[in-house]
This record gives sequence, C-alpha cells and structure tokens, in this order.
Amino acid sequence: MILASAQDRVLAALEAVRDPELDEPITRLGFVSSCTVSAEGDVQVRLRLPTYFCAPNFAFLMVADAHDVVSALDGVRSAQIVLEEHFASEAINAGVASRAGFVRSFPGEAQDELHQLRSDFVRKAVLAGTDVVCRSLLAEGTEPSALSAMTLGEVPPSPDRERLRARRAELGLPVDDASPLVVDPATGDAVGVTDLPLYLRRAQSTRVGVEANTGICRGMLRHRYESAGLGEENR
Amino acid sequence: MYEHNGDRYFIVDSHMHYWNAASENWVPGAEQYAKGWIECFYAYMGLGPPETHWPMEKFMKYSEDDLMKDVFEDGYVDVAVFQPTYLKEWYKEGFNTTERNATMGQRHPGKFIYNTRWDPRDGEEGLKQLRHNVETYGSKGVKLYTAEWRQDSRGWKLSDPEAYKYLEACQELGVVNIHVHKGPTIWPLDKDAFDHADIDHAATDFPDLNFIVEHAGIPRIDDFCYMATQEPNVYAGLSVVIGALMHARPNFFAKVMGELAFWVGEDKMTFGSDYAIWEPKWQIEGFVDWDYPDTEAFADYPRITTASKKKMLGLNAAKLYGIEVPAECRLPEDQGTPGASEDAELVSGA
Repeated sequence: MILASAQDRVLAALEAVRDPELDEPITRLGFVSSCTVSAEGDVQVRLRLPTYFCAPNFAFLMVADAHDVVSALDGVRSAQIVLEEHFASEAINAGVASRAGFVRSFPGEAQDELHQLRSDFVRKAVLAGTDVVCRSLLAEGTEPSALSAMTLGEVPPSPDRERLRARRAELGLPVDDASPLVVDPATGDAVGVTDLPLYLRRAQSTRVGVEANTGICRGMLRHRYESAGLGEENR
Repeated sequence: MYEHNGDRYFIVDSHMHYWNAASENWVPGAEQYAKGWIECFYAYMGLGPPETHWPMEKFMKYSEDDLMKDVFEDGYVDVAVFQPTYLKEWYKEGFNTTERNATMGQRHPGKFIYNTRWDPRDGEEGLKQLRHNVETYGSKGVKLYTAEWRQDSRGWKLSDPEAYKYLEACQELGVVNIHVHKGPTIWPLDKDAFDHADIDHAATDFPDLNFIVEHAGIPRIDDFCYMATQEPNVYAGLSVVIGALMHARPNFFAKVMGELAFWVGEDKMTFGSDYAIWEPKWQIEGFVDWDYPDTEAFADYPRITTASKKKMLGLNAAKLYGIEVPAECRLPEDQGTPGASEDAELVSGA
C-alpha cells in the first residue's frame, strides 16, 4: 500500500458515511479532522462534530459507519475511529472499537439499537429528495397533477434522481424505472392526485428543515474549528 | 419600542436569559459538561454579525448593567421574559435560575416577567417548589428543558405521567405559557431526542395551556410545523430562528419564515432574542427591514407585512402574557388578532 494514495482511498470510502440527520457525507461536512495510514495498514481516522453536545445516537452511527467502511478496505489491518471533543466520546469510541453496539455502549441509557432511528431519517431524506426532483420538474413546466402518474424513468436523468433512487433502495422501496416517482416513504405506495398537494407541501418543509439544519451545523463547526476538515466543502 | 419609517413596534422579548457560567460556578467533577455547554452557546453566537460577538470571558458571566443596556437601552425591548435553565448537575448555583433572574429583575420594576421551571423527576418536592415559585415571583409561564441531566437520567418527555401532574398544577395555578425546549438527550437514548410527539400529546390533553415550542422545533421544524398546524394551542418561538439564520444563512432564514408563516401563521409566532446568545438590537432592526428575496422560490409563501412583524415582535406575546400594549403600538382590528389560536387548522390541498 502506497501511503498517499492509501489515505485517498480511506477518504473516498468515508464519502459513503453520511450524517443521518443532514444526509451529507461526513467528509464534505468537514467532520473528518485527520486520517493516517501506517505502512502496515493500520488506519486512524479522527472525527469532529459541530458541538460538544451533538446528539449521541447520531454521533454513534457516524463513528460506527466509518469503522465499517474503513475496516472493509483491502489492505487495512486495523481501523481506529476516534470521535474528538464530544461529551460521549469515551463511550462511543470504546463501544465502536469493541463492536459492542449502541445498547451495550450506553448501559442503562438505551433500549434498542439504532436501526429505527436511521430509517426514520432516510425516510426524511426520501421526502426531501422527492421535493428536489419534483421542484425542478415543476420549474420546467410539468403540471403539478401530472407528477402523480410519472415514473422514475420518465424523470430526466440527473444526480438528484439517482440520489433519490439510492435513498429509496436503502428503505427497500421500489427503485426501478417503472416505479412511481412520488411514493409514501413508509409504505412505498404511489401518492394519488388528491393527496399529492399536501404530500409535496410536507416534502418541501422537510427539505427546508434539513437545509436549515445543515446551514446551522456548518456555521457552528466553522466557529468551533479554524481549519478545514479533510474533504470539507463550502467552508 | 422600536420606531421605523413611522411605524411603532411594541417589543416583547419572550425568551432571554441571565446566566452565570463562570468557572467558579462549575460543579467539581462535571467541569467538562459545564464548559461544553457554554462553549456550545458561544458557537451559536458566532452565527450573528461579527461586530456583535463578545469575548468568551464576558459571555460566561455578564453583568446586570450589560443586560439592561443591551436589552432595554440599545435593544428596544419593552418587556422581557426570563426563561430559566437550571442545569444544577453542572453549575453549582444553577446556570440561570428563577431566583437569580428575579433578584436582578426586582431592581427594575415593570421590565421583566419571571417564568419558572419544573422537572417531573423532582416528584412531590418539585410540585411544592413550583407552587412556591409561582406565589413568590408571579410566574405565568415555565421553561421546560427535556434534555436536562439528573443523576443517571438523560431526559424526560412531556407525555410522562409524572409530567402530567405538573401540567395539571400549571393549569390550576394559571401558569398558562409552557415554553418547551428540546435537547440532544432523552430516555431511552436510541430515540430521537428532538421528537415532538410528546408535546403533541400534552397540547391535545391540556387545551387551556399554550405550548410555545422554542426555536420553532429546530432541528425538527418540519415535524413541528405539521403538529402546530393541527394544534390550536401550539406556538412557534422564534428564538434561534432569527439569531442563527437571518444573518448567517439569509436564504434558509427566508424559507424557514415562509414555512412557519404558512403552517403556523403570523398570529402564533413570538420573538425571543435568546440573549445573551444574541443581542436583540440587530435582530429587531434586521427583521423589521427584512423581506423575502424577490424570486420565484418564495412567491408562494404568505407575505410577512409590517402588521405581521408587529405581531411577532411583541403583540402576540403580549396577548399570551396579558401585557398592556400602548395605544399607538396596537393594530387596527381588521389586521387580525394577535396571539389568536383559532386561525390554526389543518391545511389541506394547499
């Protein structure tokens, strides 16, 4: 393993780790403060968050996901993910390192693992992503009522469409080109003409919420840390 | 009062603080949390205009004179509502208690309203304390922080049976304004600590109480909007909304205001500076001057007029707290009813 490119490979892998609330890669958000790879393939990634009190369950998911993607890389002998300067750093770092899961990492404080929490936020990402795709269709002249009958395949190809498809796949929702563009993120059912206006209105609120949260988190991170994170965008 | 272009705005700052986070006040063994908490607040201040930033030392413990100047002399505020946050696990005398607020406020008659707080985990003792505080300070409202740590517990819900005992006591005592602030932890920790379902339950079961959700439910503004549109007694506190977004993220600020105006309505949005995180002066001046960007993306949102701003900056909260508004600051009757709950209904086919 050549060291410089080894670091690039680790960072590329970390692109797949998202902040579950913001639905953005931790790299682009500036959460990766450093990444080192030894000649033997021992990797250490240090992560940072916008505040000392960011919600511990989401923080745990990011550290655990980072551990999983880095460990899976060819040539990696060991992966250590260190969350810095967070009230629950110790519990999270130790819990992820020993693959203890969330409940055992926070004894007496949690009842379940975080699958439900993660799906709830992927559902929000589906809503927000549907708003992104539909809004550009409407801007180009598609009639609002026509959206109900459209399929994913009828949407002009774009990164936004593929991102929506990928989020739907994570939830096991239909993703083929013949599947409806607008679906209920809980059931996968098509959304009819009657329900469409309220659905789109809620999807817009969800997108505004995610965007506003992202704006606040980026601002807080910039205030907390002077230097850019590895792969950080829009600092 | 703020006067601009011939319009007079009566200002109620419905969410502000007088805290002490100096290191002498940190609980031994919990220093990292006391420090982490105030540093987190300090980062929020960073989202305001640079010329309004304070040095950390002043931010940790500011004086009575600082507050009176920033809020009333320079900040146009007519009446301010103290919202306590105790955090006694981390701060010896508490971070910002009813007692500390009142001791200071009593030197300035007519300027302050003293909200108090409760925590359902305090049981019978806490109920007694609530009654005592209401009697002593005349509280008409409480500030609830659901993510407060207490021994091994990392938080609570408004729908907990113990919390209902306190809500019943509030109803009986005439403490009608329930300000709710969600934080990052809850029991159990695997749930979303910012979820509002418990407020929804409580608002339905206590129709005579007003639930003012601070920072309009951010970071769950979408869920908040959908709840508020269905619950006539749920209000949007604008603390953080203006402070964190208007300067730092003007485009998102416009969208968030548009969403709130659409789902919650201008009669149910109340200004709060969140002082000392942000000073009220720039927030009030900026908001009175503010309008949506003139682009298609904002065309569908309800307009926010001078009358809307008068309601949000003071008239709505004045209604909630029974504050007398000078005649020259009131609105003509055809401009809606500040603080009215009737307007809220489920939006369909929007």
